[in-house]
Amino acid sequence: MNSIATAVSMPETAVQEGTDVDHKIEYPATTVGAPFVDKAKLRMRGIDVFYGDKQAIHNVSLDIGQHEVVAMIGPSGCGKSTFLRCLNRMNDTIEGCRVSGDIQLDGEQINGASVDVVPLRARVGMVFQKPNPFPKTIYENVAYGPRIHGLASRRAELDEIVETSLTRAGLWNEVKDRLDQPGTGLSGGQQQRLCIARAIAVSPEVILMDEPCSALDPIATARIEELISELRENFTIAIVTHSMQQAARVSQRTAYFHLGNLVEVNDTERVFTNPEHALTEAYITGRFG
Amino acid sequence: MTKSHALRNQEKVRSRIEQNLKRRYRKEKIFRGFGIASIVFGLLCVAVLLTDIIYKGHGAFFQHYLQLEVQYDPETLGIEQVDESALALANFDGVIKDAMKARFPEARDRRARRELYSIPSTDAPFALRDRLQQAPQLLGERETIWVMVDDDVDAFIKSLDEIEGGFRGRVSERKAGWLMSLYESGELQNRFNTQFFTSGDSREPEQAGIKAALVGSALTLLVTLALSFPIGVAAAVYLEEFAPKNRWTDLIEVNINNLAAVPSIVFGLLGLAIFINFFELPRSAPLIGGLVLTLMTLPTIIISSRAAIKAVPPSIREAAMGMGASRIQVVFHHVLPLAMPGMLTGAIIGLAQALGETAPLLMIGMVAFIVDVPTGITDPATVLPVQIFLWADSPERAFIEKTSAAIMVLLAFLITMNLGAVWLRKKLERRW
Ligand SMILES: Nc1ncnc2c1ncn2[C@@H]1O[C@H](COP(=O)(O)OP(=O)(O)OP(=O)(O)O)[C@@H](O)[C@H]1O
Ligand SMILES: [Mg+2]
Repeated sequence: MNSIATAVSMPETAVQEGTDVDHKIEYPATTVGAPFVDKAKLRMRGIDVFYGDKQAIHNVSLDIGQHEVVAMIGPSGCGKSTFLRCLNRMNDTIEGCRVSGDIQLDGEQINGASVDVVPLRARVGMVFQKPNPFPKTIYENVAYGPRIHGLASRRAELDEIVETSLTRAGLWNEVKDRLDQPGTGLSGGQQQRLCIARAIAVSPEVILMDEPCSALDPIATARIEELISELRENFTIAIVTHSMQQAARVSQRTAYFHLGNLVEVNDTERVFTNPEHALTEAYITGRFG
Repeated sequence: MTKSHALRNQEKVRSRIEQNLKRRYRKEKIFRGFGIASIVFGLLCVAVLLTDIIYKGHGAFFQHYLQLEVQYDPETLGIEQVDESALALANFDGVIKDAMKARFPEARDRRARRELYSIPSTDAPFALRDRLQQAPQLLGERETIWVMVDDDVDAFIKSLDEIEGGFRGRVSERKAGWLMSLYESGELQNRFNTQFFTSGDSREPEQAGIKAALVGSALTLLVTLALSFPIGVAAAVYLEEFAPKNRWTDLIEVNINNLAAVPSIVFGLLGLAIFINFFELPRSAPLIGGLVLTLMTLPTIIISSRAAIKAVPPSIREAAMGMGASRIQVVFHHVLPLAMPGMLTGAIIGLAQALGETAPLLMIGMVAFIVDVPTGITDPATVLPVQIFLWADSPERAFIEKTSAAIMVLLAFLITMNLGAVWLRKKLERRW
């Protein structure tokens, strides 16, 4: 914990040295680029994740800035989803999964048995890879979060939340006449936008998206990318994607993961034009992944 | 060169696929044939069973009634006015006897008289009393009424269509002659037997009804449902959603599966030892029957509820948890509504088993001869399968058709229950 505390106060441009922390890192020893920023919404230091005995994330440290979109890329199985799920403690729900390290949201520790995950998940929302609307009406899907967190005292208030959320998710015009119909009856792209509306209905500060467009066609994908760019004004977003074009289009910074290590973090433009690390270059030029 | 090689290869592959295709279709046909054959076999068995039961039992829903010209003679009755105490003591039997004597004056000697008097049911005087209580002004008047006949008489008349000269049994030649004359003059009529549905068991077959057993079954099942469903669902939810997966929960799982296979009579013994001997609850009561059947159905309900909970897609749980729902909220808002149809199916299977269960109820005294219709869960009662068992065990010929009729009532009860379950499931499923 001590070494992590020092890591938090490191200057943001410093490249993390393998000797700086007492975790054993075989390969690669460092994260190159700029993993840290000045005004961090989320600070992660020395994150290790284990599934049983198997370590899936090795000593990852990263900052996500306020109102910033950070893209996470890397070959399949490198631990992007695992890392993303640390940020709202969804890994707690997996049997045998252990997360150690320091995670701060606005300077507040959120990783620890004593932290209540219920309010945390209201602050850090999540959109999953496969659209997973509740088998309830469209209205109920969006109203669910505000309801359980007690955000609306009157029906009119709830109606307004539902409308603004759906509008922001770019779905309102398509569904406003059938709010009482099942959310599961929408098309895949509409369902995913419904899930986004559901996530933003509780006004989270951070939205985590795990390959939100992987099940969608190019048009629906474009809509959601547009949406992400709009949402950035109000939310901080961490997005996992397999599409480098998508990462390039929507994100300000890009993090490249490899075998559970965070290899490189840099401005998105830099990563895709002039990557610092050989592994990153190999990946973006399509030599593996 | 390589091209023609590839072509030849494709041809070979295609011909092989075609060869195999025939074999595949043949297999499919055979398999489908097997399936249809087994369904036909099953349906045939059911049809045979049902026709047999209906054929044997339909008679029980009808009963012969005798037309009698009675006089409510105050002298014969031995009363002066109609009131509670007078009615209780009044000699209605005498009125019936007088009416019979007047109808067949030729019966003079004692034996002939006794045979004559045995034509109406022993219930007839009570029917007269009820009539007079309702209409006190009839005292001293004459009236034509219909009264139930004795079971021997009923069986004799009913058998006329089947057996040449009818099934005589205990009916003497002389009595048979009287009955024939009554039958031909229309003074004996087959009518719908309402008493079968409105009264409890009786030693006299013609007066025996199914209502006590029906109500007993309903009360027992109500207790069973009220206890086993919530307990079973709660246990399943805890085991699936909250319990840590360790050796203890494994042990519990194994034990639940074992309990599902324990012979039901063991639960009866357990109920006898715990509920009656230790807690001293009233024996023969639906309360204890329900408790014992709860023990018996719990494993079924727990196992099927767990299966239903397991079938809820994890993505729904994840979505709810990702929204910040607590574990209880995830369970109550998402898991239970989605698992409810499956849970209900399990509960209905368990209850259907419980409805047909006899052995454990014998152990806790629900086999007693119960005449009164139970009014609460602590009244002595019997249940449909036990009633069937009791009637099937009785020597009187008339109980044969009663037994089959009781089976029909049991089946009707079961079908109603299952239809209710299907309806409920449809209703719940419509909410996806
Ligand atoms: N529930 C789990 N139990 C055990 N191991 C897991 C579990 N989930 C993931 N892993 C392992 O952890 C590693 C990282 O998995 P993760 O799902 O984070 O990869 P990913 O980068 O998201 O891959 P993809 O791009 O294919 O989604 C993999 O080796 C995977 O096998
Ligand atoms: Mg993933």
